[in-house]
Amino acid sequence: MIQIEKLNKQFNGNYVLKNITTTFEVGKTNLIIGESGSGKTVLVKCMLRLHQIDSGDIIYENRRLRDLDDEDLIDLREQMGMVFQGSALFDSMTVEENIAFPLKMHTKKSKDEILELTERIIQRVNLLNSNKKFPSELSGGMQKRVAIARAVVSKPKYLFCDEPNSGLDPYTAMLIDNLIAEITQEYQITTIINTHDMNSVLEIGEKIIFLKGGQKNWQGTKHEIMNSSTQEVRDFLYSNKVFRELGKYVDTPKTE
Amino acid sequence: MNFLFHIGNYLMMLYRVFGKFTPWTIMRQLILRDIDTLIIGSTGTVIFLSFFVGGVVTIQTALNIENPLIPKTIVGFATRQSIILEFSPTLVSIIMAGKVGSYITSSIATMRVTEQIDALKIMGVNTFNYLIFPKIVAMMIYPILITFSMAFGIYGGYLAAVYGGFGTTSDFITGVTEDFRPYHVIYAYIKTLVFAFILATIPAYHGYFSKGGSLQVGKAATISFIWTSTVIIVVNYFLTQLMLT
Repeated sequence: MIQIEKLNKQFNGNYVLKNITTTFEVGKTNLIIGESGSGKTVLVKCMLRLHQIDSGDIIYENRRLRDLDDEDLIDLREQMGMVFQGSALFDSMTVEENIAFPLKMHTKKSKDEILELTERIIQRVNLLNSNKKFPSELSGGMQKRVAIARAVVSKPKYLFCDEPNSGLDPYTAMLIDNLIAEITQEYQITTIINTHDMNSVLEIGEKIIFLKGGQKNWQGTKHEIMNSSTQEVRDFLYSNKVFRELGKYVDTPKTE
Repeated sequence: MNFLFHIGNYLMMLYRVFGKFTPWTIMRQLILRDIDTLIIGSTGTVIFLSFFVGGVVTIQTALNIENPLIPKTIVGFATRQSIILEFSPTLVSIIMAGKVGSYITSSIATMRVTEQIDALKIMGVNTFNYLIFPKIVAMMIYPILITFSMAFGIYGGYLAAVYGGFGTTSDFITGVTEDFRPYHVIYAYIKTLVFAFILATIPAYHGYFSKGGSLQVGKAATISFIWTSTVIIVVNYFLTQLMLT
């Protein structure tokens, strides 16, 4: 579990994150949603300590992120996996080498064991016959699969995904979402997904946090979001024509 | 103040390079890859340039010494001194700041803008060690390249002298071996090793701390070349003052 307590972050005097308090639960797909510029990526980067926070706390199973020295931080990061928006695959390595990289870095497994685990995860994410290809030879969807495989091959405790289905067609996006959700359940990972794709929200949003102007505006589940009375959530949700049409059949609650 | 910040940040980077080490099986591959790219990949350029510059140094020296009282062996002597003391260690290093330095900066900066460095960090990798240490080790065999430069520079000078009609083979070889001081070669190699370290680390610093997109990658490579060559020239002055006077 990851706890966030009264988190504040500002750039040049402007608050990008203001007083955020929440928890991200184990074995669940936790979604951070919001408009562009609402602070989603900054929040994830603060949780990875790629940005330093100004005040508040981020706690990984009783380990305060801000108290960790370089060595402890590296140890914690060995338990993390990350799927970047642009995949961030190592372009000088093949698919197989990209996926095997975390195992080679952090385990003392033999070459054969690493190859076997890599092969297994390649099959799991449906990337057959691509082992020897370089990232530049893959489609966007395949690159995302490689990124997911690389992120989970060493069975991390925490998985972060920054807009994992941006730039993908709706069908491939749904496959990627489901793949992440299945892997989260299978490996009992605490997964945090940063997205503004409403299809993802309704497909896999077990816990959803809505950010508006750097503040937590709403939180709930995929079942609750359609009935939310919070105006900002409704504006965000129904900015898509399909959801506007769908919204006509959903009762708007008086209070929340 | 900005200048002091960069010096401090550069020193902190060097400290972190020697922090948590990358497993040897991976590090070995990185070192071999960097030797291939940085050293072997530069051999042709260095030999080609040294050969022709050696020839030019010989021709210019010969043309400026028309006094019959000055022995013709001075052409070989001057070529050797110019090549060993200055051209090979210093000027080749400045050329390498353009070739190898720009490559190091742009490759690391590209990894930065495509979030590959962040990906490495999140995998618990000491990115300073992973990205910079192999380059430092690879550049430690840079003196071999400078040995080729010295040899081909002098050979280029020899061919220019003999076939250009500026002296005989005997004159040139006598000149090259005349008053030879092994200390000058040691001085050249010490300079070379210091420049090798500068060539590996300053471009890496500019690549690692670059920000923005593809435009900034190009800008970082340009700034890296300016700083690397400036530091080489300044350090060259102090090393010469320290070791030859």
